[in-house]
Amino acid sequence: MHSPTPIETSWPDAIYTQFRRVGIRQVGYVPDAGHSRLIALCQDDPDIADVVLTSEQEGIGLVAGAALGGQRTALLMQSSGVGNCVNMFSLLRNCGFGCVVLVTMRGEFGEFNPWQVPMGAITEDVLRLCGFLTYRIESADAVDDIVGAGCDMAFDGNLQVAILLSQRLIGRKQWTR
Amino acid sequence: MISRREFVRELLADRGDLLVVPGLGSATYDTAAAGDHPLNFYLWGAMGGTAMIGLGLALARPDRRVAVITGDGDMLMGLGSLATIGVKQPKNLAIVVLDNARYGETGMQPSATDKGIDLVALALACRFKQARAVSGIETAAEVRALLHQGEGPLLVNARISAEDTPRVLPLRDGHAIKQRFIEALNSV
Repeated sequence: MHSPTPIETSWPDAIYTQFRRVGIRQVGYVPDAGHSRLIALCQDDPDIADVVLTSEQEGIGLVAGAALGGQRTALLMQSSGVGNCVNMFSLLRNCGFGCVVLVTMRGEFGEFNPWQVPMGAITEDVLRLCGFLTYRIESADAVDDIVGAGCDMAFDGNLQVAILLSQRLIGRKQWTR
Repeated sequence: MISRREFVRELLADRGDLLVVPGLGSATYDTAAAGDHPLNFYLWGAMGGTAMIGLGLALARPDRRVAVITGDGDMLMGLGSLATIGVKQPKNLAIVVLDNARYGETGMQPSATDKGIDLVALALACRFKQARAVSGIETAAEVRALLHQGEGPLLVNARISAEDTPRVLPLRDGHAIKQRFIEALNSV
């Protein structure tokens, strides 16, 4: 049985600590392996409504409704999910809803599954075209700082911020043979 | 067949503290026609997302009743959200579908509900606490009571006539719609 190394366990915890600091109360997600630990931390937190989505674009409506009701929301998704959100992102720009989207990257580093590559290759550009400020994280020790800054920008200024967690950070998906 | 303008006017009579999220197109015009109100979060886009906006709001404000009023086209585009809502079981969320079985903004082409796709059955399959179909204007008072007191999540599918009603165009500036809603919600 694989025991997680400190790096594998600590960077999702650092994200969660930032979520708590800025008072995130709703977290929407389509599960991704790279987000497993962060999802579990949110599920276990009685102050956070964890909302499992059938498709990532549902999270945009969740962000808007929560904001109308005075609550901050984070969305967790894989890079493939960003593609599913494109038109719905316009709701955030049209109304000025701040949000932070944590994107685990596929299709960019040592990817086994070629079907992930087309969307993975364009994810950051798509987000920028949709009006997001984007930040990439390549190493675990940068997570706390970048996620903290991203959350502050998103909620202090009602901006749309996406933080891309590189495939190299998350580790290659292991396929059993 | 119900007249849509009359039905929505009846639903929103004596609205009290109700928070209303009308979907884009005719549902937004009907809601505006019933009387402009800062606690209407009018939509001019985000098709397929209306019910999820209702969910986020209902979760954030469990002390308030939330009514999503939308068309069959928008609800069909957001079918997955029925499952997402069913998982969270918000007691304070009601969805009314104004079902004319048409895409009203694009030339009145038939939607899936025209061919028997059943939104009530879908809602019940998604663990909604209650879901029913109505087709007479006399049901408006009963549906209004559901919006205010019915245990949610609940869905009412109202079969309305595919009449062409004069457009009543509310505010179109998303920032302004958001801002006045939040200010009204936060005022004592």
